[in-house]
Amino acid sequence: MKVRARDSKQAWREDFESSPVRGDGIETSTISGIPLKPLYTSDDLPARPEELPGQYPYTRGIHTSGYRGRLWTMRQFSGFATAEETNRRYKYLLANGQTGLSVAFDMPTLMGQDSDAPTSRGEIGHCGVAIDSLADMETLFNGIPLGAITTSMTINSPAAILLCMYIAVAEEQGVSASALGGTLQNDILKEFIAQKEFIFPPAPSMRLVVDSIEYCAKEVPKWNTISISGYHIREAGSTAAQELAFTLADGMAYVDACVERGMPIDDFAPRLSFFFDAHIDFFEEIAKFRAARRIWARWMRDRYGAQDERSWKLRFHTQTAGVSLTAQQPELNIARTAIEALAAVLGGTQSLHTNAMDEVLALPTDKSARIALRTQQLLAYESGVANTIDPLGGSYFIEALTDEMERQAEKYFKQIEDLGGVIPAIEASFFQKEIADSAFRYQSELEQRRRIMIGVNDFTVDEEVPIDILRIDPKLESEQVARVREVRRKRDQARCSNALTSLRKAAAGTDNLMPYILEAVRAYATEGEIMNTMIEVFGIYTERAVV
Amino acid sequence: MSPTAVRPVRIIVAKVGLDGHDRGVKVVARALRDAGYEVIYTGLRQTPEMVVDAALQEDAQVIGLSIHSGAHMTLFPAVVQELKRRKATDIMVFGGGIIPDDDIAALKKQGVEQIFTPGTPLQEIVDWLRKRFPAEKT
Repeated sequence: MKVRARDSKQAWREDFESSPVRGDGIETSTISGIPLKPLYTSDDLPARPEELPGQYPYTRGIHTSGYRGRLWTMRQFSGFATAEETNRRYKYLLANGQTGLSVAFDMPTLMGQDSDAPTSRGEIGHCGVAIDSLADMETLFNGIPLGAITTSMTINSPAAILLCMYIAVAEEQGVSASALGGTLQNDILKEFIAQKEFIFPPAPSMRLVVDSIEYCAKEVPKWNTISISGYHIREAGSTAAQELAFTLADGMAYVDACVERGMPIDDFAPRLSFFFDAHIDFFEEIAKFRAARRIWARWMRDRYGAQDERSWKLRFHTQTAGVSLTAQQPELNIARTAIEALAAVLGGTQSLHTNAMDEVLALPTDKSARIALRTQQLLAYESGVANTIDPLGGSYFIEALTDEMERQAEKYFKQIEDLGGVIPAIEASFFQKEIADSAFRYQSELEQRRRIMIGVNDFTVDEEVPIDILRIDPKLESEQVARVREVRRKRDQARCSNALTSLRKAAAGTDNLMPYILEAVRAYATEGEIMNTMIEVFGIYTERAVV
Repeated sequence: MSPTAVRPVRIIVAKVGLDGHDRGVKVVARALRDAGYEVIYTGLRQTPEMVVDAALQEDAQVIGLSIHSGAHMTLFPAVVQELKRRKATDIMVFGGGIIPDDDIAALKKQGVEQIFTPGTPLQEIVDWLRKRFPAEKT
């Protein structure tokens, strides 16, 4: 009798099913809840033409040469206390081999108010640097040649003002705006969706974003005018697929708004950039980055009809996940961050911020900031992972997961479209509800120990050794208040009030506001004064609180 | 029947200060609601005065504050002070957020009953509240 050879895959399946499995009750789906098979095989590979780096749809990377051509930019987000102290930290980071700057502003600056506003009390210099006027910006970049470095600025509602301050400091250094390189976050939609640092209602907020994109296309052509951010959406609790879908939907909403302004798509699309989170679920993150590039390329080419290949290429910055860090046994955060950073690199990021181990407690110290930067250098120069382009391309698992990410994103695009687009969906609390649901689901899984956070719900220790954290001197607050008052006292009052009057008139009309804001900045109008001038015309947005 | 059992214990949860990071406050609010408390979430950017106003208007017994921007040493005690000024010290204040250990001790001295930091199980918060305010309904 002939024994028919068992099909080898079939055999594996049967053997697997009769093998014992771990009975620890820990989820085997991704952290976002995507069910995973125990094994992926050639059956899971989709039938599609071979994808290659530097070629549409860029799943394997936007650059032909990957990191062989150029490593990612190591860009550590940093800022605290005063402009003077942060300037010192920047020089320290640059001296230690960092290749780009990234400015963190304090809450009053992010919310467009001066340090001497009553609600700034207790907030000055805590989670970033306090910038009230051009005078502070001059101090922040003192001795740093703006023509030779690139700078990223994480600011949204008042983004146009801070960009104008940067342009004005460059002018003083003799560097023309056309030579400036860097990135403005300027992504107001994700503020409404997740981080909630909105000020004006959606319509005038979008106008300011489009104004800055339009202005930069002409005057600051090397600047990334917007960094369309999934990071905050993810940190607020979304899944990887929600982060991907909501971020790309935001990107399309900006494209729509610019097209509506009458800008040809290829004039601005190459300067759009993205910003994603690198969470702890390693493969899911890599799949997310790869799917993002493929989706964006397809939408830009096929739906928007962009002709310039640069418009198809999704370039992105990555930050490791702040929410994945633990206050318990904080040294473990170094390991978490290394895993997340590796996912970002294998996903083909253009630039990367690695969190410091103590960021869950306070701002990083010099030492922890250096370890975080060294983690990237270790990946770049020691681990060998940068030697091969998209080394996971062709992996049965990664390719299948990339496709799954894409499918889930497309489903969300449809839902958002059915709601009338991103802004109506915001007003209907669609994103906010989706994110809150995901956050609660994840928290419940932790409570039930179906997911483990080391040091939090398992492998805990009784004794925690306190680690040194950076403290902000309370004296700083009164000093910064004195500084902004001195700026107001010393400036040319007539020039300043004329500039603000012109800005108010322009805001009520349809002119591009950037030249008006730039003049107000040069006249040393404070950030709060410029914002308040626009608030008089635009009003303030309040969200409906949903739990 | 104890007075607290007459109606659900009412808790105001609020984001004080300028930061808009509302993941934690929303998760805690849901957990407290699921545990039987009546939870009123004020939304973002509440001043201490606004929080106390809301607590008095809603006749709340508890205020839960959330902050992630580092301004807790200014804003948490300001809520306690405002309660004193309005002679409403029977309202208990607790809080949560990114708050270093040294600050927790200082805040407790200034009248904040308890501080919960990242990684605290929701059940621990619920259990802690239950000891003080059983969430029984009529």
